[in-house]
Amino acid sequence: MIIKSLDPRITRLEIPAEDQQFEPLQPMDQHETYEVFHQEKRGDQPIHVGSLHAPSTELALVMAKEQYGRRSRTVAIWVVPTSAIMTISVEDADIFETTPEKDYREAKGYRVGTKLKAWKKQQEATSNG
Amino acid sequence: MDKGHTITIYSNQLSAALKAFLYRIADDQMVIAHRNSEWTGLGPILEEDIAFSSIAQDKMGHSHAVYSILHEHFGEADPDTIAFTRDEKDFTCCHLVELPIGDYSFSLVRHLLFDLAEQLRFEMLENSSFEPLAKLARKVKGEIKYHVFHAVTWITQLGAKGNEESKARVQSALNETFPLALGIFEPGDGDEELKVASIFEGEDVLQKKWLEAVTSILNEAGLTLPSLNDVEPVYGGRKGYHTEYLQPMLTEMTEVFRIDASAEW
Repeated sequence: MIIKSLDPRITRLEIPAEDQQFEPLQPMDQHETYEVFHQEKRGDQPIHVGSLHAPSTELALVMAKEQYGRRSRTVAIWVVPTSAIMTISVEDADIFETTPEKDYREAKGYRVGTKLKAWKKQQEATSNG
Repeated sequence: MDKGHTITIYSNQLSAALKAFLYRIADDQMVIAHRNSEWTGLGPILEEDIAFSSIAQDKMGHSHAVYSILHEHFGEADPDTIAFTRDEKDFTCCHLVELPIGDYSFSLVRHLLFDLAEQLRFEMLENSSFEPLAKLARKVKGEIKYHVFHAVTWITQLGAKGNEESKARVQSALNETFPLALGIFEPGDGDEELKVASIFEGEDVLQKKWLEAVTSILNEAGLTLPSLNDVEPVYGGRKGYHTEYLQPMLTEMTEVFRIDASAEW
């Protein structure tokens, strides 16, 4: 008895229908992972879009073109082995915290938008008056 | 030549030669596209499964474009009718593209040898005096370049950058596939007319370019192309003689179409 599938390709493989013993996969049985960065327009920042498995950097680039370059406009793609990326571990994430009274150091503390609007309003008032 | 809305009338003889030439190109593309699409869901790794399927889809698009030229410029049937209603004997694809997908090493080597020939053929056609074909050649250039890039990267990975087993398997697939690949360049009856009309320089010229390119790629990949003197090119496909594999493939491919040929999709 072989497996009869609706997919003729599966039937053609003539796989025995009896129960088979499979070796369980070992951890990290797959290829190495790579992180993919995608650039939509020249001059844009490449943005991290995901990761993939590949046997080499060259093939990672080929795969990245397909996985991350075919659904949207693309001018460049970067790939980096995940192992090459250094990061602060989650336990140490408290080093990013700053005391509340120093929020002037955060970029959001400087409200350019509000000041610009006020200035525009003033300009309008001057030219109308 | 079709530039804008003017149409140059070809002699019957030249017209027949050009038609036969277009059918050879499109049949090759469609059959290999269908074969490669058979890997969808069965590819060796997820990423490669997607890449191979996507390349197959591109190839299907190319064949559709060439069948459309036949329809629009030579009054042949519409692309779907051409693709789905002809029998094996009406196809003029080479044997290389008809064979079942086999082992992945065979499919990869076939992909390299075929796509490289297609790339060089379309490069030659960019300067063809038959403008619709020259235009198409320029349009699909980037896609074919990517297909060859994909094939070369894999072959190099499994050859020079692989291990003993991967290298041996690719080399053995190469030995098996080489005579079949030479069938791509089987001369057609009207080749001389196409050459005189500056439509296409000839299969012999293409084969020479292909041998040079493939030899240099394989050297880089640590693999060897069998000697041209040791093999017999597999001809016959261009005359409508096919392997036992083509008709079953066409029957499977047209199964859904035949349920209701007039269905709107």
